[in-house]
Amino acid sequence: MAKYYGDLIFEKSVEGRKGYSLPVSPVKDYDMDENLLREEEADLPEVSEFDVVRHYTNVSFKNHGIEKGFYPLGSCTMKYNPKINLEVSKDPRFTSLHPYQPVETVQGILQIYYETQKMLAEISGLDTYSLNPYAGAHGEHVGLMIIRAYHEAKGDFKRTKIIVPDSAHGTNPASAAVAGFDVVEVKSNCEGDHCDGTVDIDHLKKVLDDEVAGIMLTNPNTVGMFEKDILEMAKLVHDAGGLLYYDGANLNPILGVARPGDMGFDITHINLHKTFSTPHGGGGPGSGPVGVTKELKPFLPAPVVRKAGDLYLVDGIGKDSIGQVSHFLGNINVVIKAYSYLRTIGKDNLRDIAKLSTLNANYVKESLKSHYKLPVQEICKHEFVFDGLKDNPHGLRALDVAKRLLDFDMHPPTVYFPLLYREAMMIEPPENESKQTLDAFIDIMKKIAEEAKEDPETLKKAPLTTPVRRLDEAQAARNPRVKFKDLLED
Amino acid sequence: MHKYLPHTEKDIEKMLERIGVSSMDDLFAEIPDALKGVDLDLPESLSEIELREHFERLASQNEPLVPFMGAGAYDHYTPSVIPYLLERQEFMTAYTPYQPEVSQGTLQYIFEYQTMITELTGMDVSNASMYDGATATAEAMFMAVKKKRKKVLVAATINPNVLNVLRTYAHPRGIEIVLVDEADGVFDKDDLAEKLDEDTAAFIVQTPNVYGIIESLEGVADKLQDNKSLFIINQDPSTLAYLKTPAEWGADIAVGDCQTLGVPLSYGGPYIGYMATTGKLMRQMPGRICGVTEDVEGKRAYVLTLQAREQHIRREKAKSNICSNQSLMALHVTIYLSLMGKKGLKEVQKTSYNHAHYLKSMLEKLPSFEDPFEKPFFKEFTLKTTLDPDRINQVLREKGYLGPLAQGRFAEEKKDLVTFAVTEKRTKEQMDEVIRILGAM
Repeated sequence: MAKYYGDLIFEKSVEGRKGYSLPVSPVKDYDMDENLLREEEADLPEVSEFDVVRHYTNVSFKNHGIEKGFYPLGSCTMKYNPKINLEVSKDPRFTSLHPYQPVETVQGILQIYYETQKMLAEISGLDTYSLNPYAGAHGEHVGLMIIRAYHEAKGDFKRTKIIVPDSAHGTNPASAAVAGFDVVEVKSNCEGDHCDGTVDIDHLKKVLDDEVAGIMLTNPNTVGMFEKDILEMAKLVHDAGGLLYYDGANLNPILGVARPGDMGFDITHINLHKTFSTPHGGGGPGSGPVGVTKELKPFLPAPVVRKAGDLYLVDGIGKDSIGQVSHFLGNINVVIKAYSYLRTIGKDNLRDIAKLSTLNANYVKESLKSHYKLPVQEICKHEFVFDGLKDNPHGLRALDVAKRLLDFDMHPPTVYFPLLYREAMMIEPPENESKQTLDAFIDIMKKIAEEAKEDPETLKKAPLTTPVRRLDEAQAARNPRVKFKDLLED
Repeated sequence: MHKYLPHTEKDIEKMLERIGVSSMDDLFAEIPDALKGVDLDLPESLSEIELREHFERLASQNEPLVPFMGAGAYDHYTPSVIPYLLERQEFMTAYTPYQPEVSQGTLQYIFEYQTMITELTGMDVSNASMYDGATATAEAMFMAVKKKRKKVLVAATINPNVLNVLRTYAHPRGIEIVLVDEADGVFDKDDLAEKLDEDTAAFIVQTPNVYGIIESLEGVADKLQDNKSLFIINQDPSTLAYLKTPAEWGADIAVGDCQTLGVPLSYGGPYIGYMATTGKLMRQMPGRICGVTEDVEGKRAYVLTLQAREQHIRREKAKSNICSNQSLMALHVTIYLSLMGKKGLKEVQKTSYNHAHYLKSMLEKLPSFEDPFEKPFFKEFTLKTTLDPDRINQVLREKGYLGPLAQGRFAEEKKDLVTFAVTEKRTKEQMDEVIRILGAM
């Protein structure tokens, strides 16, 4: 890991320096109305171009990225972001198009949008997609608005509830609330303390009634378990008049194997930044396309891209559409990267992604269950969850293991999620990771487990080699300092 | 195996053995047979050479035009340093900074971004970004509404796409959107006073507005405050190099789209919405916020803070469902504002301002154009024309230009209004050519 570098760009500022050049304009100066002007100028940094390059290069060194090392962050599918995708997406014939250019001048980019819709629909077994949603949670919000619109179009206004499993991603209940629904939690199957995150069908039957608008599910779920009874669940929900929403965060291990549409899901979102390799960007821009059955197609958000003859067209808001959810057509440059990936992988390699991500997860799980508590023994899909250390005389926590991993240049798993386990460590080793990488991770995890017994202080102090050590997070919340000037006031 | 997949036959064999199953199929045994075995109708994989050829064909089906249109997407210059730095794998391939010790890079630029947004808007605190300006405005609306105040007033002069997004978000929540009438190209302050009542959660106004006109917001904040309603300003942040800030107008929440800070047009995205608010409302704000703290050795460090507002902690009680946002675009904006700095941003904006004023003054001399509003504007302006807007666009397109926005696109009764946008990238030669072409029509 890099050395500490704490300077802010504002601390590099020297009056009179500049990092830009502009042509000299022959146009005369026009006056501005004094009454409309701000009193003080914005205090932006004054730095040279090279200052900027060196500063942000040093800032970058403080990050762990997937090209540097293993990144088994559960439910995030941190797979390789192919370079060719980036290269083709940077073509100025894509990046310099104004969103209101006439359709005849943007047929290439519309073809990409259209064919991506088609491919996602085929892969997920649905009729069509809108690529407008900007991220997974945005897709959820949009999907839930479609569920509401569907019921309202039938004159059914009493369906105010959305069922969400207790193992679901936090965005699921949050999206349901944002879309104006009440959240009803359905329990996981548990034996004693050990829950596998799959839906308890008896409990589902209890919570299903004519006020339920739909259910949100991830399949495989956040414990990596495939919902074996999905067909029965779908029937139950449909018989009760509800719809099924598929959270596509965990689509990777069923690519080419099984399709949400065939399972009975009516609506999906897919995270292009997870399953289809577009860069996560430190938390976006992602893309969260929403797919629907034929019956729900009229409710999709506008604008809609369609094909008429040989021409690709962009339509405005149709009469049943939920309306607009983005200013234009979403994060379309992200879509271009996903399209490039889909064409590179093709039909012939799709299933290998599912198989190898599943193989990797089970291999790591089986290799480490001697040292970490494994609540669910069955074959998992692309990810699985440990519940802390197995032999733990000093009471070390998942967080301690996670922080110690940082010293070995590996990103820790997702910790303390799902909420089913007190010491949850959710591990997802994507298909691009080789056996050698996994073996190295396994060795380190075992070493840490041994350390936990013999040298607990090291774990408690870890990380020791990162640019900064453990942080005082309480201080940040108690006295929020959220901009440079807040530091000057101290 | 595909080049992205490293497993050899031997690897697979060993791994299956460790797992204790005999074949890959055993790993999928629990999936019902009824679901398996679908033959997908997808194209076969392309080699990199074939993919490049395919993309060349696709790109050649696009014809980038030189824009004299804005309408929410503006053609400002992107310095070469920005894509270079954005592509560093440390920034581009990382995810949400949940492990702050190895995410100080992301956290630091978010902190710098927040600082710059607060400098531009004058507000106390900014979040780490929203998807776009329209959804940021909708999130501001959610921040404002309360159980007993579910009416939101929106200036009719707002960009219609932003209004559409507000309507979409409002409907399922039972929020009532009421438009404040337009008078002479700006919102009608008398109508605002009339419609403001005890149910009003907020008033939303965009400046410069859909015509490019700078709204005068004098006295609005007081009126809203007296009524305990929030004041939400949607403003193009680049204009804040010069214009009075949302804070100076007394806004409670400032939102907008940072596309104007050098983000490429890219056919509509990715862009980045911003949101900033007062210290008082900080804990009501959606999205991520980065704060400063120290590590155990006392070194300055950055960390996501006030997370009790967020979905991964509060689930259905969260302030918003936002998770992934537009983080890398926040870095884009941060680097752009670092390069431009205090003076450069002003220079870019002043050139855009001058060029827009030059173009307008020349077009007004033509018999086919007149200014129906005569109000102050920044880099976008609206004229009434006796020409057919479709014809204008067709003729300009033949010369490689994207002509003005036809306001008739949004409202039939505005079909004789056209809105031009001019940035620092448009040269005098280009403007003179457009003037010549339109003069000859």
